[in-house]
Amino acid sequence: MDTYAILKLVWAGILGVLFIGLGVMVGMDMGVGTLLRFVGRNDGERRTALNIIGPHWDGNQVWFILGGGAIFAAFPTLYATSFSVFYVVMILLLFSMILRPVAFEYRSKVDCKRWRASWDGVFLISGALPMFIYGAAFGNVLEGVGYHFGWTGQYYQDESFFSYLINPFAVLCGLMSVALSVYQGGVMLMLRSEEPIHGRARRYAMRGGVVAAALFLIGGVFIRRLNGFHLNDANPGMPANPVQGQHVTVSVGGWLDNFQLHPILWLLPLLGVFCMLFGTAMVKADRPVVAWWTGVGSWIGTIGTVGVAMFPFLMPSSTAPDQSLTIWNSTASAYGLTCMLVVASIFVPLILCYTSWCYYVMRGKVRTADIIHDSHSY
Amino acid sequence: MIVDLINPDVVDLSRFQFALTALYHFMFVPLTLGLTFMLAAMETVYVVTGRQIYKDMAQFWGKLFGINFAIGVATGITMEFEFGTNWSMYSRFFGDMFGTPLAIEGLMAFFMESTFVGLMFFGWDRLSKQGHLAITYLVALGSNLSALWILVANASMNMPEGGHFDPDTMRMQFDSVVKVIFNPDAQAKFVHTSVAGYVSAAMFVMGISAFYILRGKHKAFAARSFRMAALFGIISTVAVITLGDVLGRLDYEHQPTKIAAIEGLWHTSKPPFEPWLAFALPDDAKQENHFEIGVPFVLTPLVSHSFETPITGMIELEEQAGPHIVSGIQAVSALHQYGRTHDAVDLERFRAHEADMGFGFLAMRHAPNQDVTNIPDDQLNTIVQQTKPDILPNVFVTFWAFRIMVFLSLWFFAVFALSAYVSLKNELEKNRLLLKLCMWSIPLPILATEFGWITAEAGRQPWTVFNRLPTFLSASSHGVGYMIFSLAGFALLYSIFIAAELFLMFKYARLGPDHDSHATHDGHLSVIADRKDAFSAASSLSS
Repeated sequence: MDTYAILKLVWAGILGVLFIGLGVMVGMDMGVGTLLRFVGRNDGERRTALNIIGPHWDGNQVWFILGGGAIFAAFPTLYATSFSVFYVVMILLLFSMILRPVAFEYRSKVDCKRWRASWDGVFLISGALPMFIYGAAFGNVLEGVGYHFGWTGQYYQDESFFSYLINPFAVLCGLMSVALSVYQGGVMLMLRSEEPIHGRARRYAMRGGVVAAALFLIGGVFIRRLNGFHLNDANPGMPANPVQGQHVTVSVGGWLDNFQLHPILWLLPLLGVFCMLFGTAMVKADRPVVAWWTGVGSWIGTIGTVGVAMFPFLMPSSTAPDQSLTIWNSTASAYGLTCMLVVASIFVPLILCYTSWCYYVMRGKVRTADIIHDSHSY
Repeated sequence: MIVDLINPDVVDLSRFQFALTALYHFMFVPLTLGLTFMLAAMETVYVVTGRQIYKDMAQFWGKLFGINFAIGVATGITMEFEFGTNWSMYSRFFGDMFGTPLAIEGLMAFFMESTFVGLMFFGWDRLSKQGHLAITYLVALGSNLSALWILVANASMNMPEGGHFDPDTMRMQFDSVVKVIFNPDAQAKFVHTSVAGYVSAAMFVMGISAFYILRGKHKAFAARSFRMAALFGIISTVAVITLGDVLGRLDYEHQPTKIAAIEGLWHTSKPPFEPWLAFALPDDAKQENHFEIGVPFVLTPLVSHSFETPITGMIELEEQAGPHIVSGIQAVSALHQYGRTHDAVDLERFRAHEADMGFGFLAMRHAPNQDVTNIPDDQLNTIVQQTKPDILPNVFVTFWAFRIMVFLSLWFFAVFALSAYVSLKNELEKNRLLLKLCMWSIPLPILATEFGWITAEAGRQPWTVFNRLPTFLSASSHGVGYMIFSLAGFALLYSIFIAAELFLMFKYARLGPDHDSHATHDGHLSVIADRKDAFSAASSLSS
């Protein structure tokens, strides 16, 4: 295999890590946003919940920005096509995402019940909706997306957005993503809060874990009846142009082919289910630290499962299967991938270091009594 | 039909949406760029001298910074999305070169800024003085580095360097990251833009301080903030004007259509008499100016930094484009053929005309069925003639956006210079008119940066990637309905944001710094004479 093909593979791996990072970090904050109105019964409690993630949400949100940026840089064709094909959905995601920073900064700056209640509503929407869309997008991609390319590389959409927004499998994936984020958010609240928030967060985290596991298993049954795509004459070193150079066949249950070929891959879905269930047990046993890390395991299991099932596809086309986007045909140039790899290998470890340090500095329980008198808090 | 061109209405709506969201984002970003730096300077004085009042300054202006920062972040996310959602063809064609600086921005700058901004607000009691100061500097560094990478990305659209078009992948691919980073346009624009941000922040702090002095509130606090801001402002304004000149010179070399439009120059200039037009009403349709008022002898030395080099006018530039359009049509036809045959002959034919490919794309709009690969000989000339005027940007907009920016920057120079002088003489309270002018000038630097952005981006038209990819070809192939949906949403959300932002800004500015901690300071006004502190802070900007 030539260097270019290896670079493409490495970047597919990095993309996976970014998706997992996004799920864990952004999902955690979104979960807290979703739960805000339920774990906090009065303003003081809600502010406590907000301030638990207060120092970190902005940094975590960068996982989301970086996810977009990395797809743009490393998989420009995927970025251009997926963001456009899912236009309405993406714009909805965007609307809810941009409401969040404003909600954090503005909610507690005015001492008025209606003002704060309105922003609390914003937290619910901007917490649950993006996670729903995040999951639903994975579902849509697994089902295949209707698009084709013209000779200049312009894409053309062949299906309306309704089919992407409202179809059973996508809804299932979306709900699972919300459940996992509620789990992770609940665990984070447990880590840094006292009663009564702690106890309420624990109940929601348990529900999140169980629901996620159930939906993941149902999804597994579903996928056997879905169309799977298979790349015939794969040429990993091909020029990154989706217009030609591939032959793709479609078959029911085809997404399970990779698992049949390499049974060891079954470890990934197993890891997912195990982490969700074991994590729920840990929440019940009031061991939030372990539960937080099993949450990470759940995301690795789910995203990893989708990744290996689809490999090497990134976004198959249901109407022009030969033009499906794969790892081989939608990457940046070898030079671009190399540059990005150098930059990423310097900065990603650095980011992990200072992010952990920030959590370390802000460690400890957040108390409602302290929040009310602290002018720096949200 | 070789390509289904996207609906022109969708292109216009996409442009309108992008302009709306970019200009909106750009209302908050300059303030962030400058305020982070000013906060760092104030905190530096606090850490060095140990005076509580400077900590209060950092905390109070930090609160206003936070209100502004949130919307800056929120609207920034929009920008990153829109390349993919609305400019699909552009993103695919240019993603290799544009996406990389954008991703590096995330990894290197935005992550740092966003992670530490949390600690900056929440870490006052958890970090040592020096530790917190370091955090504040990291936030300032992060926001400024962020601007650097964004402008590197933008410069590669204005002045594509360090890349080539690859006919096998049908896109621009880059081959020198060094050339992309050290693109002269990027370097000049970075300093020009970030320093413009310092001007905005300086005017913001100075104006609000002026408001307190006028009301006789928080006097010691306001006088110090005022002086620091005035000094920041004067240095920054000088830098902004200098770098603006550098940028103009670069445009003269690389984007002649932009510079001709900026100067409203329809016919090639006749040095050395050519006047610089201070006022004119350019008429795009008739290709002439009405009511010109100019300053003789100024244009040539201003633009070309010499007394004899002429500046090419727009009508001459149009004429020169003719052969490029003919050659470009050849390039696109050969490229289309090559895509089907992968034949060496077609590739060679493409290579012969490759440099003009962008002009071939530009001609698509006028070709029958928007197909330039099969133009009958008798129609070629007509199509070339129709395409020629397309190479010019909207002259009226470019001309006036530039002039408003320049006139405003001269105004800032006057206001900052006068303010610094009066402040250093400790005569602020006597000059109520000046204080009022400072207060009313708060929004003007933001307006000036907006017009600067319009000059740069409207002047780049009709290209998204200069001379390579036309704007009308860059948009996604959406229906009009989608665009109306997103535009309505943005209009609604952004209106709510701006209402909330202004409400909170006014509220917190009126409240002023926490009153109890200042009771002791307001008692004696001798602290106003504390010039050294303000100087040391201002010098950290110029270094």
